[in-house]
Amino acid sequence: MKQRKPKSQGLAYKRLPRRALLLGGLQAVFVGGLAARMRFMQVDQADEYRLLAEENRINIRLIPPTRGRIYDRNGQIIGQNSPSYRIVVVREDAGDVDKVIAKLSELIPLNDDEIERAQTEMRRSAPFLPVTLADQVTWEDISKVAVNAPALPGVTPEVGLTRQYPRYEDFAHIVGYVGPVSDYDLSKLEDPEPVLRIPRFQIGKVGLEAKQENSLRGRAGAKRVEVNATGRVMRELDRQEGQPGADLQLAIDAELQQYAQARLAGESAAAIVIDCETGDLRAVSSTPSFDPNLFVRGISVADYRALTQDKYRPLANKSVQGTYPPGSTFKMVTALAALEAGVIGPGNTVYCPGHLKVGSRRFHCWKRGGHGTVDLNLSLKRSCDVYYYDVALRVGIDKISEMSRKLGLGVKHDIPMSAVASGLAPNQEWKQRTHGQDWLVGDTANASIGQGFMLASPLQLAVMTARIATGRSVTPRLVRSIDGVEQPSGAGEPLDINPYNLEQVRKAMFSVSNDRRGTAYRSRIIEDEFRMAGKTGTSQVRNITKAERAAGVIRNEDLPWERRDHALFVSFAPYDNPKYAVAVVVEHGGGGSKAAAPVARDIMLQALYDGTPPLEAYPVADRERIKEQQKRLEGDRRPKARPDGKDRA
Amino acid sequence: MSYLEYAVKSTPSGFRKFLYMNWPLTLLLISTASAGFLMLYSVAGGSWTPWAEPQMERFGLGLTAMFIIALVPIWFWRNMSVLAYLGSVALLVFVELFGTIGMGAQRWIDLGFMRLQPSEVMKVALVMVLAAYYDWLPSHKTSRPLWVFIPVALIILPTLLVLKQPDLGTSILLLAAGGGLMFLAGVHWAYFAAVIAAVVGLIAAVFNSRGTEWQLLKDYQFRRIDTFLDPSTDPLGAGYHITQSKIALGSGGWNGRGFMQGTQSRLNFLPEKHTDFIFTTLAEEFGFVGGITLLILYALILLFCMVTALATKDRFSSLVTLGIALNFFLFFAVNMSMVMGMAPVVGVPLPMVSYGGSAMLVLMTAFGIVQSAHIHRPR
Repeated sequence: MKQRKPKSQGLAYKRLPRRALLLGGLQAVFVGGLAARMRFMQVDQADEYRLLAEENRINIRLIPPTRGRIYDRNGQIIGQNSPSYRIVVVREDAGDVDKVIAKLSELIPLNDDEIERAQTEMRRSAPFLPVTLADQVTWEDISKVAVNAPALPGVTPEVGLTRQYPRYEDFAHIVGYVGPVSDYDLSKLEDPEPVLRIPRFQIGKVGLEAKQENSLRGRAGAKRVEVNATGRVMRELDRQEGQPGADLQLAIDAELQQYAQARLAGESAAAIVIDCETGDLRAVSSTPSFDPNLFVRGISVADYRALTQDKYRPLANKSVQGTYPPGSTFKMVTALAALEAGVIGPGNTVYCPGHLKVGSRRFHCWKRGGHGTVDLNLSLKRSCDVYYYDVALRVGIDKISEMSRKLGLGVKHDIPMSAVASGLAPNQEWKQRTHGQDWLVGDTANASIGQGFMLASPLQLAVMTARIATGRSVTPRLVRSIDGVEQPSGAGEPLDINPYNLEQVRKAMFSVSNDRRGTAYRSRIIEDEFRMAGKTGTSQVRNITKAERAAGVIRNEDLPWERRDHALFVSFAPYDNPKYAVAVVVEHGGGGSKAAAPVARDIMLQALYDGTPPLEAYPVADRERIKEQQKRLEGDRRPKARPDGKDRA
Repeated sequence: MSYLEYAVKSTPSGFRKFLYMNWPLTLLLISTASAGFLMLYSVAGGSWTPWAEPQMERFGLGLTAMFIIALVPIWFWRNMSVLAYLGSVALLVFVELFGTIGMGAQRWIDLGFMRLQPSEVMKVALVMVLAAYYDWLPSHKTSRPLWVFIPVALIILPTLLVLKQPDLGTSILLLAAGGGLMFLAGVHWAYFAAVIAAVVGLIAAVFNSRGTEWQLLKDYQFRRIDTFLDPSTDPLGAGYHITQSKIALGSGGWNGRGFMQGTQSRLNFLPEKHTDFIFTTLAEEFGFVGGITLLILYALILLFCMVTALATKDRFSSLVTLGIALNFFLFFAVNMSMVMGMAPVVGVPLPMVSYGGSAMLVLMTAFGIVQSAHIHRPR
């Protein structure tokens, strides 16, 4: 362990303290320089920088994307964006918000509800975020605010885009409507896009607008703006454009849709026109309807109450979400199930004495005296019930249920509309599962004529008819193209049903509306090219009691509206080369042949002729009445002037 | 048995070592780090997560490391120098091959609990190896060309590796620190004069060549240099950050806007407010008083290192202490110049304050060596 030599000799060793001090001195000078710079900025120039920090706030603002437009199949506009003016206020810049609002309300009419909503919104959001005080403001009011801007700190008029539906009631149920994002909407999303945080940003609430939200919305852009001390935007520094939403083209024909709505007006009813070749939905109509524009700008309590308390339920979309016992329109399904199972042939007959005893219960035919000897053709043409009780008991409910599904009943069709109903095609397992009871033969008898547990929506009935007409599994298509990209066609694959059996059923349906004794003979089409085949249906909404039966069947017209039968009609045409299938349901309309068949025939002709049909297509006896009706509907369909003056945009 | 070269009896042993530590320096480090926790709490909007808490944990780890390193005799660390240098070079090569890409550069090795930046480790290892080299080198050879070439090569190798990442800021800091150490070691001033003259000449040549036939760089490279030197030519990119940073700093005024009251940082105008630009938040919220206090703390750290370095008779100890102090100085000088708009924006954190594990741990390790030199100085 020897002591280390002191190494203090040598030039380099002597230099160390000297150079360390030199370097340290340099460092000290630099630190001094930093301190001086800091002093210069923070003491001498502090006021200038403070001003910059206060006034020269650079904000990043989202640019809301333009929502995609919606067109019909011919390019008619269904949903568009139109400019709207609104007045926003920035709490931070307004100072005393209540005073500013009071001043503003002297200038322009302000809604108390909206003021209250704006005040709550202001309490919750950051002080520098603009809050909308009045939406859909007229140009005159905007000018007044602009002129008085100096007296209204923090208040700025803004121009934006709002959704507008130029077809008013006609497309309310299909397209739905948009509305401002609510807390409830946000709470449903895992990670909401920042654009949804823009106050009053519009998103689809129901219908197509909601279901196709992701296509329609687009992507937000962003801009950096410099704002001055009063919150006004001084200049834009740079911007990054967003991406507008995709345009949608519907399969719907706006003219036909409008006709269907007008034809059904006054009834609580639904009609569907489906293209047998492509599955395109040409019309999806439900009456009464409502004006979706009311919902976009925020519907008033009174208007909303009027809509919800109407017994015709204007808000319900009966065409796809309403389900009804299909009644006799279901008989084709029972017939096909029996034919496919081989339990009957088209020529086999059943004797109808007017009733059939099933177990201990007596099931009646609608015709008290009975139809006598009935084969397949006659059973559909005259709509004999006993024939179907009989064959259904032979084939069993499970086969009928299976055939229903094959034809599109009891299955949910995938179209982008709200609350699409799946209906019900019951079988033994279903009843055991949901009711915990065994399936009874009486249930089969009921189901065979589309009563009892059977439920179907007008859409499903139209799909069923199209499938019978073509023998292919036609599926409905509502959206034809998204952003110019054609959506898959709904033509479908050939069904696993013997074509001969289908042909026999179609023939019988032809007799229904073309044979003098058919139930829909009065609503026939006499143009040979466009002969129509169909089936009427009248579904009971009540049980006929023994007492009633004893007293004689009460006429529908004598019953209160709510207890009358639903009228149904399904049809396709032209018979030899099916182009369209139409299903019509008139709620509590009475008999199908009387209330539903004429409507379906009119809509069918309108579709086949792609416009107003010539009177020659109608039976001679009807022409005068039809002429009157055409004139009346033409009047109804003229563009409607809005009497309420709410059309500010 | 080289670590017994000193007069062992005169150095403290066991727990007495604690008493001989440079306690003022330790307290200064704790104060600056605490200022960092406070600011990280503030920029997170008054929350210990996500920054302040992990930073405190790392500082605790760093403090422990410093104590352990301080207790180990300095000659052990001198003997470790070459190994540390070689290990750091190996790490730099490793990141070059397998490192994680972050912000467009390969810089990290992910250790799970933290991300290690080998370039940070290299800053200390380079100082150690150069100090050890000049400790070993006989005095009269210091300025001979061959013996000058060796340390230059030791500096250039890691500098090029870091430059390739690419991290221009750190490679310039490595050059500066290495050159500074050679200067301290007593290399003849003529070498430095020559290098400075050459660099100035080269820069002048490059700039003068602009627009002439024998232009040395491409046009777009010139434009990049322009932006680098004068951020205001790119007002939406680098210039935007500097403008906002200056506004924040200046608006702090004498007393500042109050803890957690800075609008610039609150409203997210400041970029990287928890790392490179954290000084801006401090200056905005605590004003000139707060900024100058931190600067004084830093200056005192430098002063205590200087005293330690000059008080010891051991050459390695004084060189390594001065080198670490120089590194520390470069850190905060570059960072502060940057946020005050006096230097281009290069990614250099504020030592002890900015959020970041590597820099904090490496600095604490380095101060551990300074402490060890202080405790084990020949008496």
